[in-house]
Amino acid sequence: MILKPGARLISAVCTAELMTVKVPKTELKVTIGGVATIASAAARDGSVSMTNGHDGGTLMGKRYVDEADSIELLCTKAGAGAVAVNGELLQLKEAKALPASD
Amino acid sequence: MHLSSLIEMVESGYDDRVLLGDENFRLTGSDFGFLVRLGATQVHNKYASVMYVGENHALLPVALFATAWAGVPFVPVNYRLEDRQLRSLIERYPNSLVLTDPLTVDRLEGLSPQIFDEWVRELSNIDLEEVGPIKPAENDDDVAVVLFTSGTTSEPKSALLRHRHLMAYLLGSVEFGSADESEAVLVSVPPYHVAGIANMLSNLFSGRRLVYLQSFSAPAWLETVQREAITHAMVVPTMLARVLDELDGEIVDRSSLRTLSYGGAKVSERIIRLALQAFPTTGFVNAYGLTETASTIAVLGPDDHRNALTSDNPMIQRRLSSVGQVLPMVEIEIRDDHENAVEPGVSGLIYLRGEQVSGEYASANLLDGDGWFCTRDQGFIDSDGYLFIDGRVDDTIIRGGENIAPAEIEEVLLAQPGVAEACVVGLPDDEWGQRIVAVVVQQDGRTVEPNILQEAVRKVLRGSKTPEEIVVRDSLPHTETGKMLRRVVQSELLAR
Repeated sequence: MILKPGARLISAVCTAELMTVKVPKTELKVTIGGVATIASAAARDGSVSMTNGHDGGTLMGKRYVDEADSIELLCTKAGAGAVAVNGELLQLKEAKALPASD
Repeated sequence: MHLSSLIEMVESGYDDRVLLGDENFRLTGSDFGFLVRLGATQVHNKYASVMYVGENHALLPVALFATAWAGVPFVPVNYRLEDRQLRSLIERYPNSLVLTDPLTVDRLEGLSPQIFDEWVRELSNIDLEEVGPIKPAENDDDVAVVLFTSGTTSEPKSALLRHRHLMAYLLGSVEFGSADESEAVLVSVPPYHVAGIANMLSNLFSGRRLVYLQSFSAPAWLETVQREAITHAMVVPTMLARVLDELDGEIVDRSSLRTLSYGGAKVSERIIRLALQAFPTTGFVNAYGLTETASTIAVLGPDDHRNALTSDNPMIQRRLSSVGQVLPMVEIEIRDDHENAVEPGVSGLIYLRGEQVSGEYASANLLDGDGWFCTRDQGFIDSDGYLFIDGRVDDTIIRGGENIAPAEIEEVLLAQPGVAEACVVGLPDDEWGQRIVAVVVQQDGRTVEPNILQEAVRKVLRGSKTPEEIVVRDSLPHTETGKMLRRVVQSELLAR
């Protein structure tokens, strides 16, 4: 599907939720735990399970980016599944912590 | 990204976490999101903007985000302005929902004001299913917040902050979820100041509970820090000075307070040193930014503060009067009069560029073709990247062809015993173009001698920077956030 910035991505297999910060305007297939994301946590019915190799987890507040730096997702709820786009597992983006200024 | 996305993030990440409230009420992330959705139904397709004219209020984030969700600008106005100016600012925004408080409502006759508490109360009567929920606005190029600049040098201008500027600031400088559930911030900065807006946004984003002080007083601030186990707070210089006066040298156990940030106007080094002594376990952060840059663009962190106190190196000591280092996502250039970038250590005009930099007013966009914004602040960067602010270029005194920053002279005056406040201005002079006049306020129970102060300046600076005249007065005029009203001082001196 074509995603917009600010789109919510909810895992079908774990508690993870992410939001798109930066996305290309191309067809994307986003998975968490190897399974396509769903529109609402209420639709998570436990009928599917995580794919091997997609169980690295997502951490609250962290950003995830692809190799080409064309996509960036922000994790708003942690989960056991790892996030992938078009089959490529996204990598954790390291950010320098700044002092709280306000 | 749009501020409405932040609500969805809050609902996802902080659904059970208390984000708003004090001893009187508590709202979790999902309670908050629900109120915002209700509020949006009362704004969408009804109003062109939402104005807020009043003291701080614990539910102000509901007003701002309901407005954002409905896709119109939020316009907070300084209720302390005199009636004529207040009404003229409100009239600049026709077809607005004008929210206010019981103290201000009578002054807004004919402008259809609604008391904010009553507006909130009516939200609970709305059946969201019956009314039909509003889809969140998502164009991040829309104006999110309009702020009136303080107008220390001219009439207030409407500065425009678009959703993309505010979200760029948040995404670039705050980590989502970085606060733990025990953290709470005390908001005492007024909502019509960019620091008040940034305070609200960054603490919601990081997941820190917001506690509001309706109007600032030093005793109330200190009492609330203790009662609510406040971990973070942001104050403007006037507030910091009043808190220190209230403590009167007492070293306080406010060990809950992990971070105290200050900004909004220049703070004298003497006040910072007193503050560091009064709050020995608190980390101090100096934040520098402008309305037009969607708040903070440079920070001096807690380690920099303590290192400056303990170091023998004058380069490190003097960082206490700097505003720290520029945020990683903001570019800075110091330029000379011909707009050429200068070397480190050389003073010039500060130019900024970055996704959070708006540089835009309702009347004009001031970004140049390459996206640079001229702040009209003057300063320099040292060889380690620390930014020092000399003041507004418009305040620069030109005496005999020499450019003199008033702040430099004021800093020397403020370091002298008995001087509580100082303001240095240039007055027309036939021989020099401008001559330097200083106005000082004495500390309670102390007297100062003008000729001794002049001698002190001559010793530290040079003869050409020594005020020709020093006037002692009982007080100096300031804006609500502590910026000195120099043009008022100047015109009062001229009218003598």
